[in-house]
Amino acid sequence: MSTRIRLTACGKTYANRHQGAGGAALEPLDLEIAGGETMVFLGPSGCGKTTLLRLIAGLESPDPGGHVLFDDEDVTFVPIERRKVGMVFQSYALFPNLSVEGNVGYGLKVRGDPPAERRARVDEMLEMMRIGDLRHRAIDQLSGGQRQRVALARALAVQPRVLLLDEPLTALDAKLRDSLRIEINTLLRRLGITSIYVTHDQAEAMTLGDRVVVMSKGRIEQIGRARDIYFKPANRFVAEFIGTMNRLPAIVADGRLSIDGGAALSWAGPDGPIEILFRPEDAVLCAPGRGQLSGVVRASFFLGDRTRVVIDGKSCEIVVETTSRGDFAHGTTVGLRLDPALLLAL
Amino acid sequence: MKRRGVAFYAQLAFTLVVSAFLIVPVGLSMLAGITANYFQGVGSGLTLDWVLKVWQLYSDSIYLSMQIALACLAATLVLGVPAAYGLARRPSAFGRAIEELMVMPVAIPGLATALALIVAYGGFRGFRTSWAFILVGHVLFTLPFMIRSVLAVMSAIDLKMLEEGAASLGAGFARRFFGIVLPNCRSGILAGSLMVVTLSIGEFNMTWLLHTPLTKTLPVGLADSYASMRLEIGSAYTLVFFLMIVPLLIALQLMIRPKGDIR
Repeated sequence: MSTRIRLTACGKTYANRHQGAGGAALEPLDLEIAGGETMVFLGPSGCGKTTLLRLIAGLESPDPGGHVLFDDEDVTFVPIERRKVGMVFQSYALFPNLSVEGNVGYGLKVRGDPPAERRARVDEMLEMMRIGDLRHRAIDQLSGGQRQRVALARALAVQPRVLLLDEPLTALDAKLRDSLRIEINTLLRRLGITSIYVTHDQAEAMTLGDRVVVMSKGRIEQIGRARDIYFKPANRFVAEFIGTMNRLPAIVADGRLSIDGGAALSWAGPDGPIEILFRPEDAVLCAPGRGQLSGVVRASFFLGDRTRVVIDGKSCEIVVETTSRGDFAHGTTVGLRLDPALLLAL
Repeated sequence: MKRRGVAFYAQLAFTLVVSAFLIVPVGLSMLAGITANYFQGVGSGLTLDWVLKVWQLYSDSIYLSMQIALACLAATLVLGVPAAYGLARRPSAFGRAIEELMVMPVAIPGLATALALIVAYGGFRGFRTSWAFILVGHVLFTLPFMIRSVLAVMSAIDLKMLEEGAASLGAGFARRFFGIVLPNCRSGILAGSLMVVTLSIGEFNMTWLLHTPLTKTLPVGLADSYASMRLEIGSAYTLVFFLMIVPLLIALQLMIRPKGDIR
């Protein structure tokens, strides 16, 4: 049975020397991660996501009053070596004095497994990560991708209750990152182990997790499935951190919304000036005068399956993505049609 | 093959001359140690008699030097490695101050340190007349070398993360320290050890003041033989000294060579 993780009132305050201004790295928060779930902590650097992970790992202890529970067991004061967590670090933390085999079998040896069992488990792990032919290699003879496979095999060998991954792909190049991400995703789903994955890369977060926790400045901004966070951001930080978002000034009067001085749309909401947000793919390019807005093409980028067009609006820049095959040359005047259902006001 | 210009040969000649200037006296001294009668020259024949004589006269000093060097090594390992670990794991202003202070015994003349030791502890007769008195001086002098060379390696690897990795796999402190920390600092510990042994064997300055007629070390014996014996004996002594110290120095060079070269 996979382990459920619960945090109650977990905050972390560092003495001044760690954080620039001192103070809270993490404000007290509650969080529940279901058994077998893959949860992603996403946020810019310094947002507290790694601190939160280290609290769960047992590498940091929460400020007084905070508790970490694995199922119904309170592990707040259990040190990491007895928490049975598997951990994968950004720079792998492999032991240079041991071979690949020695690294993968380390946890089993510490636990005191008999040699025959140990060997069988190491074989199984090496095969699972497809690194059987590297078993006698020294760590410094491995590429980055191979190292990360060894690190995963090592963490999973002891059958941990929880798998914690701290930016595991950041040190790899883009192509390797993509393929390893897909592999990790498949693996986590197959094993059904409760996992937490920390990243600052939103594309990674979107494809990997069952749920994503978006964090900034030591606070949780939103928790939800990737599509909720993309389509229904809880606040402006989330809206702007995930994907591209256009922001335009608008005025509501008598149930009509007029954006950036353009034609009005029907709108349910209080009167007054507001700011509306929409995704590049939610605006439709059309002939000038046919939409609510118009502007001049400043630049366009052909991306193959779609074209990204940057338009000079009346008061600001608008980014639009279209699957249309027009070439949207610089200087062309175009119209923009917006669907009120796809507009966000935060 | 590229042709070399005049400048190359001029530099080569200069280097050889300087080297010869330094090496020839050493060679002559060693040669004197195996010459039957130095005043008659090498023509008087070569002999190992002087070396044997040195062994008869000073073998105790040689054994004592070895004993002190090994005891000094043991003490610097037990004191220095944990100290380096502490400094590496908890970098602080206090730690940096300690690191700076550690060079003091190296910077202060050995004679001054020795005098201070005698003034402070000379009253304890049993201690003053035992070889442990010299050992204390040697440990004071060599400890910084051990700490520095271990600390250098510990700062170069990400010790904290390695330990966190081991802890996440269930390893407690002792297991992490002996199974992960020490093996990964091996090169620093080895380099430090050879440095300590070499320095301890060769230390004269401080030992000269700390020794008693019954606790004479190798270099003190060397000074003694130069001052009061035939030139051949002093020279044979130098030869013995070289035979002991040169292999150590070569080992030192081999050990601290970066790992990549060997493979």
